[in-house]
Amino acid sequence: MSKLLLLIISAVLVNNFVLARFLGICPFLGVSKKTETAIGMGMAVIFVMSIASLVTWILQEYVLMPYNIEYLQTIVFILVIASLVQLVEMIIQKVSPVLYQALGIFLPLITTNCAVLGVAVLSIQKGYGFWEAVIFGIGAAIGFALALVLFAGIRERLDLADVPKPLRGTAIALITAGLLSLAFMGFSGLVK
Amino acid sequence: MLSALLTLSGLGLIAAAGLAVASRVFYVDVDPRIGTITEILPGANCGACGFPGCGGLAKAIVEGGAQVEYCTVVDKQAAIAVADVMGAIYTESEKDYAIIHCDFPAGGVSEKFKYLGVNDCRAANLISGGPKLCSFACIGLGTCKDVCPFDAITMTDEGLPVVNMERCTACGNCVEACPKNIIDLAPKSRVVHVQCSSKDKGGAVKKICTVGCISCMACEKVCPYEAIKIIDNIAQIDYDKCRSCGICVTKCPTVSIVNRRDHDLVAEISDKCNGCTLCARACPVNAITGEPKEMHKVDSDSCIGCGICVDQCKRGAVILKKVEKQAAVAKVRVVG
Repeated sequence: MSKLLLLIISAVLVNNFVLARFLGICPFLGVSKKTETAIGMGMAVIFVMSIASLVTWILQEYVLMPYNIEYLQTIVFILVIASLVQLVEMIIQKVSPVLYQALGIFLPLITTNCAVLGVAVLSIQKGYGFWEAVIFGIGAAIGFALALVLFAGIRERLDLADVPKPLRGTAIALITAGLLSLAFMGFSGLVK
Repeated sequence: MLSALLTLSGLGLIAAAGLAVASRVFYVDVDPRIGTITEILPGANCGACGFPGCGGLAKAIVEGGAQVEYCTVVDKQAAIAVADVMGAIYTESEKDYAIIHCDFPAGGVSEKFKYLGVNDCRAANLISGGPKLCSFACIGLGTCKDVCPFDAITMTDEGLPVVNMERCTACGNCVEACPKNIIDLAPKSRVVHVQCSSKDKGGAVKKICTVGCISCMACEKVCPYEAIKIIDNIAQIDYDKCRSCGICVTKCPTVSIVNRRDHDLVAEISDKCNGCTLCARACPVNAITGEPKEMHKVDSDSCIGCGICVDQCKRGAVILKKVEKQAAVAKVRVVG
């Protein structure tokens, strides 16, 4: 139990996907202009990453390994994640239009998010068991959502700040992202 | 090799079949009109309408609560086509634009203190209502300009925002952002506006601003349509009643009401006139003269083009004609 808890903390804070592993930078910069949309994106990522890590682990264990075709991992995972997201989107649209509205455009956008593929590949590389893989997926997603929402909050404040002209816009956003990443580096050593 | 081929194509097949089945099982009925309207709309997905893309606007139109006019790009033909789909008749609705109800004179309003904080009106307003001596005046840091998504607002050198009527889409962002609440929306056909928001009493206004409304009631008394009222020490125009005749502009002693029309209007009487004297009696500036039962004449110098005579004439003999704006006649503001 304590091992799983440590796994979550390590995935959320210490080895944060965006700020320590630098995965999923595109949506991190792209949808972090408003806290509201950042929360929507964060929720969608948590949703997709949890399911993706679950399904890809099963595929690796029961399809790829028995047939000795692990070298097809990347292409198989992409195929599965993409169709999975499509399927989930259809189901949500039918079952819960409210959730569909809330996640909106972000759900299909995540299909090609490298963080989602990253979590699947990493949990295989680290040799996690089934539950560990799932928890790792959820933790990584929460870490992503946390970083995104924090960053969006800072960027909203930045809009009001008196930023020197050449640094306005993306430039200051990148500097801020770097500082946020440095801050998260402070968590290293929290979990061995 | 074979297992790899089979696995991958097998997975692909399963995924494809799964999605095909799911798209049937989880099929959601959508209004076919949404698709049709989406095709009619420009398809630029610019988001100017306030919805996520053209599809979003189409959905909002079908479900009610949105008009095709929200789209700033759409032309009349497409608007008619959309109305056809919705089973409605297209009526050209009038577009609004943003009006800034402050127009302090050249040189600006004196300042209470020097503001050196964050370059944003909303922040400046938090410090005892901003640096301007008039607590209702435009702060002039250009927050309205910054929030305008259509670049319709520019700032003058004196720090007053100016709205470009062509570009303004009445999205209302500036109205919401202005901490002084001096911006509101008016139909584009209304060109007479009160350029002051001060709720101070006349004497107090006069001390700090030469063009502020001193609530003298001259405009309220002269308005033939009862469209202008002094409420809370400030003249306020009811744009539903206002006909932009401009009489109030001529009467205002502080020039805090302005006429934004780029041309002047002058009444003209044709030979259909039978001398009923109705127009002459209705004219607020006594610009129409003539003996009963004889053709009347308009003194184009004193006519202000309010159009009241046009409404009065039962024979359609009076028409309004556009003429070049006479700069010399327009009141010149005294800078003080």
